[in-house]
Amino acid sequence: MEHTDKYYEQELKGLKEVILKMGGLVEEMITLSLKSLTERDTDPGEAIDQREREVNSLEIDIDDRCLQMLALRQPTASDLRFITIGLKIGKDLERIGDLAINIYEQAQELNHEPPLKPYIDLPLLATKTQAMVKKALDAFVNQEAGHAQEVCAMDDEADDLNQKIFQDLVGLMQKNPEAVLRGTRLITCAKHLERMADHATNIAEQVIFMVQGRDIRHGRSL
Amino acid sequence: MVKAEAKNLSFYYGSVQALKNITLPILEHRVTALIGPSGCGKSTYLRCFNRMHDLYPYKHYEGEIILHPEGINIISPEVDPIEIRMRVSMVFQKPNPFPKSIYENVAYGLRVRGITKRRLVDENVEKALTEAALWEEAKDRLNDLAFNLSGGQQQRLCIARALATNPEILLFDEPTSALDPIATARIEELIHELKNRVTILIVTHNMQQAARVSDQTAFLYLGELIEYGETKTLFTNPKEKRTEDYITGRFG
Repeated sequence: MEHTDKYYEQELKGLKEVILKMGGLVEEMITLSLKSLTERDTDPGEAIDQREREVNSLEIDIDDRCLQMLALRQPTASDLRFITIGLKIGKDLERIGDLAINIYEQAQELNHEPPLKPYIDLPLLATKTQAMVKKALDAFVNQEAGHAQEVCAMDDEADDLNQKIFQDLVGLMQKNPEAVLRGTRLITCAKHLERMADHATNIAEQVIFMVQGRDIRHGRSL
Repeated sequence: MVKAEAKNLSFYYGSVQALKNITLPILEHRVTALIGPSGCGKSTYLRCFNRMHDLYPYKHYEGEIILHPEGINIISPEVDPIEIRMRVSMVFQKPNPFPKSIYENVAYGLRVRGITKRRLVDENVEKALTEAALWEEAKDRLNDLAFNLSGGQQQRLCIARALATNPEILLFDEPTSALDPIATARIEELIHELKNRVTILIVTHNMQQAARVSDQTAFLYLGELIEYGETKTLFTNPKEKRTEDYITGRFG
């Protein structure tokens, strides 16, 4: 059922659209940064930068819209939950974008040197992280708590993969001191991916709060 | 602790059923807000608590409203409505002071109760005006006509008048809809302070007001109780779809 006040209805729809637009841009940033890492593609620099600028201004736009509605509309119930998580999702998406930039920067350095080893787990972690972000955003669009819960479950797998990559690379570096710089950069990339997965999980937890009103953060009653 | 509770309460205006089988506790020293669209029965429900409907013909109650601690049924024909109105006072939408002095407005209920000793009346008038946060503004003009007060002051005078007989429950029917925001804020602050002393039931169309002043909220729709619960839960995560739609402005 729509709000009696058509302008309010439009404002809420507008907020959702802006969050989705930001989500789409962040997904593109992830794709571009992973391409530079796994395919050793140094090209997408400008494309990533341009999206980051847009993402940053959308974060401010989302905050402005949320604050305005909180002040002027005194939202309640699901509207209140939607608007307050809007503020948080904006922040999480912006952080994911920053992490994509960080990965791209590490990839730039790595691509100047010969590859350390064939990547196996890193692309797996990248694919999983990307899938988590996508699923979290889909859960948000469709108000689907089930999908959001799947994202939370995937976070453990992302943590395990990151741990495995860390151990493999530490082993490699112990055997071969020349690998230390590249190994450390790759560990950093894996860490960034794992952090992205954490932000995707945050978004998923917020979607569950939005849809069901249950706060499941920090191990509270999943 | 439950101060009063409606049990299977129905109410009819002639053949029209305005309240349908309502069971709802009123917690002691808490503010309970009644919300719902016009015609949902919230004022009708409120008015049952001090037998205001008795003033009109062709009305009919079913069920009961139990007043604790004695457990008497407020709406029973054997119970004297005058006695009930001493214990359950009401403040209306528009300030309605008597065409008397400020002092006499507050003293009125005391005199009806048979309290005539000047010193005792003086003390009680001061106490009620203080509790209604009007004493400082009114103490030097107690003999002025009540109509000379501002709207907000008149409403606080009506609250003082209601408090003078030492009621256990105060009923507020849209008490600030005729007041400006500052006067509204003072009444809301007063409601907050008064709940330490009395149990409060308030009807309001202003949902933000219900959210601000009440501890418990009941949502009524078409004479039925749709949802009752803690205000903070009802306004952030209501259980019923109809509550959700109403408080988010999707109907009503």
